[in-house]
Amino acid sequence: MRLRTLAAGVAFVAVASGGLYAWTRQAAIAPAAGPPSPPSAAVLAAGARVVALGDCMVCHTAPDGPAYAGGLGLKTPFGIIYSTNITPDPDTGIGRWTSAAFRRALREGVARDGHLLYPAFPYIHYTRMSDEDIDLAYAYLMSRPQVKVKQPANDLVFPLNFRPLLAFWNALYLRPGGGAAPAAGQAERGRYLVDTLGHCASCHSGMNLLGGERSPAFEGGTVDGWRAPALTRLAQGSAPWTRAELADYLQGGLSLAHGAAKGPMRPVTERLAGVPRADAEAMAAYLMTIQQPAGPAAAIPAAAQTTTSGAALFAAACASCHAPAAPMMRLAGRPGLARSSAVLGDDPANFIQTVLHGIPWERPAPGGAAAAYMPPFADVLSDAQVAELAAWVRTGAGRPAWPDVAAASAKLRKEMQP
Amino acid sequence: MTKVDVNGRVLDLHADPATPLLYVLRNELGLNGAKFGCGMGQCGACTVQLDGKPVFSCVTPLAACAGRKVRTVEGLGSAAQPGRLQAAFIAQQAAQCGYCIAGMIVRAQALLDKVPHPTDEQIRRHMEPNLCRCGTHHRILAAIRAAAGAPA
Repeated sequence: MRLRTLAAGVAFVAVASGGLYAWTRQAAIAPAAGPPSPPSAAVLAAGARVVALGDCMVCHTAPDGPAYAGGLGLKTPFGIIYSTNITPDPDTGIGRWTSAAFRRALREGVARDGHLLYPAFPYIHYTRMSDEDIDLAYAYLMSRPQVKVKQPANDLVFPLNFRPLLAFWNALYLRPGGGAAPAAGQAERGRYLVDTLGHCASCHSGMNLLGGERSPAFEGGTVDGWRAPALTRLAQGSAPWTRAELADYLQGGLSLAHGAAKGPMRPVTERLAGVPRADAEAMAAYLMTIQQPAGPAAAIPAAAQTTTSGAALFAAACASCHAPAAPMMRLAGRPGLARSSAVLGDDPANFIQTVLHGIPWERPAPGGAAAAYMPPFADVLSDAQVAELAAWVRTGAGRPAWPDVAAASAKLRKEMQP
Repeated sequence: MTKVDVNGRVLDLHADPATPLLYVLRNELGLNGAKFGCGMGQCGACTVQLDGKPVFSCVTPLAACAGRKVRTVEGLGSAAQPGRLQAAFIAQQAAQCGYCIAGMIVRAQALLDKVPHPTDEQIRRHMEPNLCRCGTHHRILAAIRAAAGAPA
């Protein structure tokens, strides 16, 4: 009896999976007959701009790997997804993709051969791209050097490694766009760059249990152990952002009023360094339209007592750059820590990450402006000392010390890349 | 007083715990191998090992060294009896002005202690934080390769 139940169960799962597979599998689009004709210089330049604004390279390039060849492991709560090769190599990249196949991938999250793509690829945002921009991105990517490299298989928990299940996810979260050009006007252009091409919500909205973006959007999220701050409260607090400061930050990786782009935001600003200033200004203009009025300040539980050892640690480790009279402050005009977003935030993650990892020298990238550097202190300071330092710096910024910094530091240290 | 193991000897150090380790090494202990370069953890001339890891001693608080092991270039050998890596730096004539060399050697030693036969890529990546303004990098790399037993 039990055997029969089991057999029936297995049969049911097999039939259901097969049915789901058949239902969700889309038709393959026939491979391109040959490479597309080389684009004009104007198309190439316009395509490069779309691809930079879409941040394709940020995920589709492994550390020190060839551009657009994929292989970056994206850590998700469901396992590791490796980005794919989007160079025009016919065997391991998208060399056999027609522009129709490329458009379907961006609109619907479907690969050329018909299998469903994981939403780590932000097609729920790209779906609203204009037809023109999709074609420009295609022309640009297909003109990149071919790289033949097979990326590692994804390492996802069962049953999420069964792609047909994504059809349910898509029913919940995918609202396919129609390909129209964005409305005219600076803020509308900015909305398109932030919501559609830049897919800022992928990090700045946070994720729900299903891996969907939380609603309402832009209330902040966590990515790779860094806090992606809320984008709706930038104009609040003791160091409110202005439109011009946001544009500086987005394009240069540094706002002289707030500090440098760090962690996962750093490569985003490196890509934006190459787009016209008008695009960064449009994004800033749109972001200013979604700011919420300041509510009553949230009560933050304060840590018990700051210690004098925080002052000693600061004097030796930080003051040569961050003290008010230090050359970096006096000559380079860098902002005081009391204005730093990493210090003022309600969550200590970005402060801890910055102290432990520092800010690495920028990799040489075309158009990348030298932004900032900070040495790492992971091998110098203990978790307790990171907490003492945090308490000292927070006090200096007029904010209550964060609780449980030492535990958070220990956790983030463990998650560090070896 | 801060108790620190410096090159195998446990010492009670009198300097204010807010002093960067570099000044303690040079001024209190007379260990002048590590140099002051930028004072901001950018150039690596001050590199020493803290519990086996290369750190910039100019931004390392003495307070952070309590109860830990510090190793400087003096701990790797002497002028009369240079250690294997130091001898390789001499043999390759890796120093031009020499200001960066103590930091270079100490950082390289940290790699060889962990990875006795590193690849060129590993050496280059590991040495990246330390700058040499004279440009003797080829000889520095050759010295590290030689000490690792690889063909220079």
